[in-house]
Amino acid sequence: MGVIAARFAGPFGGFALDAGFEIPAAGITGLFGPSGCGKSTLLRCLAGLERMPGGALRVDGAVWQQGATFVPPWRRAAGYVFQDARLFAHLDVAANLRFGLRRAAAGGIAWDEVIDALGLGPLLARAPASLSGGERQRVALGRALLAQPRLLLLDEPLSALDRAAAEDILPRLGALSARFRVPALFVSHSIDEIERVASHLLVMRAGRITAAGPLADLLTDLAQPFAARAGAATVLDLPVTGFDMGYELSLCGFPPLCLHVPGRVGPLGGLVRLRVRASDVSLLRTAAESSILNQLPAEILAVTPAGGPHMAVVLGVGPARLLAHITRKSWDMLGLAVGQGVIAQIKAEALAAA
Amino acid sequence: MGPAILLTLELAGLTTAILLLLGVPLAWALARARARWSGALAGVAGALIALPLVLPPTVLGFYLLILLGPRGPLAPLFGVTTLAFSFPGLVIGSCLYSLPFMVQPVRAGFAALGSSAWEAALTLRAAPLDAFVTVMLPLARGPILTGALLSFAHTLGEFGVVMMIGGDIPGKTETLSILIFDDVETLNWSAAGHLAGALALVSFLFIWLLLRLERRPWA
Repeated sequence: MGVIAARFAGPFGGFALDAGFEIPAAGITGLFGPSGCGKSTLLRCLAGLERMPGGALRVDGAVWQQGATFVPPWRRAAGYVFQDARLFAHLDVAANLRFGLRRAAAGGIAWDEVIDALGLGPLLARAPASLSGGERQRVALGRALLAQPRLLLLDEPLSALDRAAAEDILPRLGALSARFRVPALFVSHSIDEIERVASHLLVMRAGRITAAGPLADLLTDLAQPFAARAGAATVLDLPVTGFDMGYELSLCGFPPLCLHVPGRVGPLGGLVRLRVRASDVSLLRTAAESSILNQLPAEILAVTPAGGPHMAVVLGVGPARLLAHITRKSWDMLGLAVGQGVIAQIKAEALAAA
Repeated sequence: MGPAILLTLELAGLTTAILLLLGVPLAWALARARARWSGALAGVAGALIALPLVLPPTVLGFYLLILLGPRGPLAPLFGVTTLAFSFPGLVIGSCLYSLPFMVQPVRAGFAALGSSAWEAALTLRAAPLDAFVTVMLPLARGPILTGALLSFAHTLGEFGVVMMIGGDIPGKTETLSILIFDDVETLNWSAAGHLAGALALVSFLFIWLLLRLERRPWA
């Protein structure tokens, strides 16, 4: 599998950018950081909209910037979706979608498939000014995809949208990268959005990449700001391994990490992403008869205070990691300690495909 | 009167066409100039272009006459012909004089558009010239039309520059406003009155059209 390797360093605006990373050239990588930390600037460097001297960028074997080499934005296959859509006001939706398609070298991303994946059919004859925010962003995504990108740059594409519109686009976004085989860098200041779609994560702070790796690893890394925050969650990408028709449950994963999930979450063998909130995981010293179906043998790997009465506990279930938020009182009453074996309980009701 | 009308329309049309070809790209360059050096350069260029707004037309005409005249520094370029007192000379003078009327609204239009659509076009594989022609020009069509109307109307009524550089040669450099002046000089008041009324009416129609256009949303 190819990689996307970048290194950009230099003064930029009010801060110094010094960002280097290497991510797989497949799937979605989240780029997380507070507002003003340089995420957009980094993305503009990747797209070639800013030229930072001394920068280097290689995308799946192709050199886009290195020394004196600088491929201008219109010659590098970088699709860019801006926060504000930036549709061309003088063209209708169909002409906007065709804009990049007509200019790009022939590629594998077909018109019909993009129209279908983003539900653009009914919008084709409309003028951009008549579209809602969510519709605009869907058209912008389709337009960028049809330009046959080898890297899709998504610059907070949901931040200007209301909750309902964002909820409509997020699942489509997650599916696009795999369906069209385009690696994507998804910028967001919301880790919740990233948890829904990304497989890798870059954490950025004050112009630097402070952490990089698989999303599930960083979410359970206590050195990162995610595990102990209120609303913390982990992600599990599990294959659907069976259905319990009578009880309307899906089975996901293999023992020891085998979970009951309500409803039919996907085709047999297909991967589903489960988002497990730390507050939905409770701990038992020993297995017990319980109304809770999902009881997993786990080992306590690490623990940290999570503010107020809470503790964040990192659990190992086979090779996978889970997070549990429990009270300090429970921790002490059960006499828990790092290294100890416990049973992690997750209510099936709390699980849903992300 | 006939030749003067034709000549005036020809002059205004040609001037507007040339200004569209030269003034619009110039306005784009000025609107895009950001870096320190090109920014300073754009400042000087902008001031020079705006100069005809405040410069007495006769002064501009005078310098053009010196520059383009038979003993001017540019004379060797044209051989025996001289641009002074000729139609091409008039066109050059009119272009310089009306340049700010084209460049200012178009530059403001491009500046108002910002770089959003421009950058989007570049990331969609449009090279700069392609992006300029297929995205920026259509988006700025309102200001461009405004600039063209202003330039045309302004050239129609121009007097000082035309007088200085063109002289007053019937059929060659005698435009409508000069004809009015000649009519007045020869006490031909009624002819002058008709022409003046016609020019005033045409000017009014242009401004009226312009205001209507500006009320229409372009984006």
